[in-house]
Amino acid sequence: MERPFAITLDVGSSHANRTGSWRVERPVYVDRLPPCNDACPAGEDIQGWLYQSEPGDYEAAWRLLVEDNPFPAVMGRICYHPCETSCNRVQLDEAVGINAVERFLGDHAIERGWSLPAAGPDSGKRVLVVGAGPAGLSATYHLKRLGHSVSLVDSAPKLGGMMRYGIPAYRLPRAVLDAEIARIVAQGVDVVLDHTVDDIRRERDEGGFDAVFLAVGAQLGRRVDIPAGDSSRILDAVSLLHRVADDDPPMLGRRVVVYGGGDTALDAARTARRLGATDAVIVYRRNRDRMPAHGEELEEALDEGITMRWLSTVNSFEDDRLVLEKMRLDDEGFPQPTGEFEDLGADSLILALGQDTDLSLIDEAPNVVVDDGVVEVLPTMMTGESGIFAGGDAVPSPRTATVAIGHGKRAARSIDAYISGEEPDQPGRHELASFDRLNTWYFSDAPRTKRPELERARRQSTFDEVVEGLNEENALFEARRCLSCGNCFECDNCFGVCPDNAVIKLGPSERYKFDYDFCKGCGICATECPCGAIDMIPERI
Amino acid sequence: MTTQPIHFYQVGSFAVGNRLLDDDGRTVQSDPNRTNSLDSGHRACQGCGEALGARYAIDAAMRASQGRLVAVNATGCLEVFSTPYPETSWRIPWLHSLFGNAPAVATGVAAALKVKGRSDVRVVAQAGDGGTVDIGFGCLSGMFERNDDVLFICYDNEAYMNTGVQRSGATPPAARTATTEAIGSEAGNAFGQGKDLPRIAMAHDIPYVATATVADLHDLEDKVERAMQVHGARYLHILVPCPLGWGSASSDTIRVARLAKETGLFPVFEAVDGKVTGVSPIRHRTPVEEYLSIQGRYAHLFGKHPRTDIIARIQAMADRNITTYGLLAEEPADIDPKGVDV
Repeated sequence: MERPFAITLDVGSSHANRTGSWRVERPVYVDRLPPCNDACPAGEDIQGWLYQSEPGDYEAAWRLLVEDNPFPAVMGRICYHPCETSCNRVQLDEAVGINAVERFLGDHAIERGWSLPAAGPDSGKRVLVVGAGPAGLSATYHLKRLGHSVSLVDSAPKLGGMMRYGIPAYRLPRAVLDAEIARIVAQGVDVVLDHTVDDIRRERDEGGFDAVFLAVGAQLGRRVDIPAGDSSRILDAVSLLHRVADDDPPMLGRRVVVYGGGDTALDAARTARRLGATDAVIVYRRNRDRMPAHGEELEEALDEGITMRWLSTVNSFEDDRLVLEKMRLDDEGFPQPTGEFEDLGADSLILALGQDTDLSLIDEAPNVVVDDGVVEVLPTMMTGESGIFAGGDAVPSPRTATVAIGHGKRAARSIDAYISGEEPDQPGRHELASFDRLNTWYFSDAPRTKRPELERARRQSTFDEVVEGLNEENALFEARRCLSCGNCFECDNCFGVCPDNAVIKLGPSERYKFDYDFCKGCGICATECPCGAIDMIPERI
Repeated sequence: MTTQPIHFYQVGSFAVGNRLLDDDGRTVQSDPNRTNSLDSGHRACQGCGEALGARYAIDAAMRASQGRLVAVNATGCLEVFSTPYPETSWRIPWLHSLFGNAPAVATGVAAALKVKGRSDVRVVAQAGDGGTVDIGFGCLSGMFERNDDVLFICYDNEAYMNTGVQRSGATPPAARTATTEAIGSEAGNAFGQGKDLPRIAMAHDIPYVATATVADLHDLEDKVERAMQVHGARYLHILVPCPLGWGSASSDTIRVARLAKETGLFPVFEAVDGKVTGVSPIRHRTPVEEYLSIQGRYAHLFGKHPRTDIIARIQAMADRNITTYGLLAEEPADIDPKGVDV
């Protein structure tokens, strides 16, 4: 071959030089568990559906969401969103408004009339679900998707359980609840209302069911003995909320005192205010720090003019005079009586001291163990009796709708495994995507969108919904505040910052891969990954 | 200048690309079909800032010139690691002659193309800081003075890295190099004015001068694009950290460059016809310690007997830059809540 003067070799590409052999550490793409997903009691893939929302594909987002939870519009209103509490963005500015976006997606789906995925192919198996609250409805939905026939029984005249009979309409409009329940029923559920199950074994055997899910909730308002005159009006918060939901509100008078410090106490006080009480006072034996109610509920209640009597117990109630005893907290934080008393005028007293479960239906099922008033269950949600599962407020739990929905899902999967004779799946969890793994330089500053609230005056007198939803523009804004912790969102950073062009871009939604022939293992990609989705692991040499 | 409106995308305009951005908002580097002017297999160290900066700049110049580009290279790391005979990592027409004559060779290439009537082909010359501020300085000043139609890019890693980290005219005060050792009371490089080449270039009143870092790709690409839109002598000065010479972790190359800008030690600005027309404001103002302490070349300032006096002098340099160039944004970035396209 003819060569130019003094040239003895053909020109070659540096591709011949496999610099990957220099490497002592190799980058690998990982998916970590975002803290929101980790915290979600219903096991939602929150980061996943925010990701789908970001380009505006709300249907894909909603479909991913309902894989785990068939109640986005309800959740977007009543969930206490532990996801936001654990959101990594808190350490940057403010948590992503996950709850608001969930509500937007839920409402959007109702508007568009999207239906839930159809029931799975018929398995020929039948499951009895007792109780049509969040746990029962969630279990029903997931069982239907797995192809099982479901008989859903409730003693109330309508479906929804505590979502209907415990949560006031100003927090959860009934049209929203009805729409999301109707979608589940439309999957082909055998619904039996106004029917109280009093012997679970008999009901199961007579109906020929393969498994049972008990989700009877905690419907009995706890009472304490308070010396009271005949004319004194005392009722419990559960009954009050139930009657309001039935459109049969009791007469409470002008001055209403609520005794208790949980969310139900706040619901009762806010409901009393809407029923015409001019003074709604909450009496609680500890202080604000120790109140079990959620902070934002308390804020909303205070905004509406509810007043608080901290460190007080109700001693007696005679005519329209309530005697309170002042308390003090001892070193362990327990309230101790002080012997100091004071009077408080009251037309009625509402007890919100917790709820108990009516478990008479398992009297004839001795293997089902009850401890401290609730049913003991395994991690699979199965009780001591094979084939009987339980969840929701009837088992040891924080007693929120979201937890109950999570129980329903888990129980449905366990029931499916049980009736097909398999071991329940125990899906592994990814490692947590912690804040220190993020490179927050790449995220723009973006404060959170506040959901508008009804004018105070209006919400004191009506049961209209207090918190309004986001519109499409600010829902999208909010979704895009997600940091995508621990999961690649295709920002092209690794592809761009590699000095050795050793990252291959695979195209939309296909992410990237490393070209280990040339990757020298410098680790810039891992350092500059905004969401911490690249690990450097030692190379075996 | 080079700022972009802040959108409420997850990553605003700071990441290389983003699936939510339309093509105009993405960088050249996010394009799977980018030129990769400097190809894989080059022998730069792990985490080399210069290799990164060169690909960023030349890929952008390739896009701006529709692929009609000739590059002239001075001797230095970039030349050595990209072209060990008979291999080359360059996927563009590329020439190397001597250490000191790259600006003159580029002038010649531009003149030859003019003679041949090839006004469509553009010329870029590139060199490290040694080839620019010291050895090639005479030729470069001549190229500026004649206003030859060349974009000259200096990849500044603040010393002669290729030959073993010797001090250059661009080495900053107090930095340890092989020739400015960390011994004695005034350890490291001496304090002085150094050679601030962007300002020297501006003094030639050439049409375009700009500085950039490998930490802000959008800004860097915008500046190359702008430089390519004008004819005449243009100068781009890119800060490219050197993990080997600076004693920083190979994974920290971009972080170090970002801190150089955020501390104010390396002002990022552009100048048209000898006048500063825009600066990249500091986003999170950072004390110089944070920049210095992650580099081995400043290790003698820390440890048991920290040299707070020297650190304070370096901080004063940063503060002077901040004042001189107005690097602190007066107003917070304009947040446009409608920055989402529904």
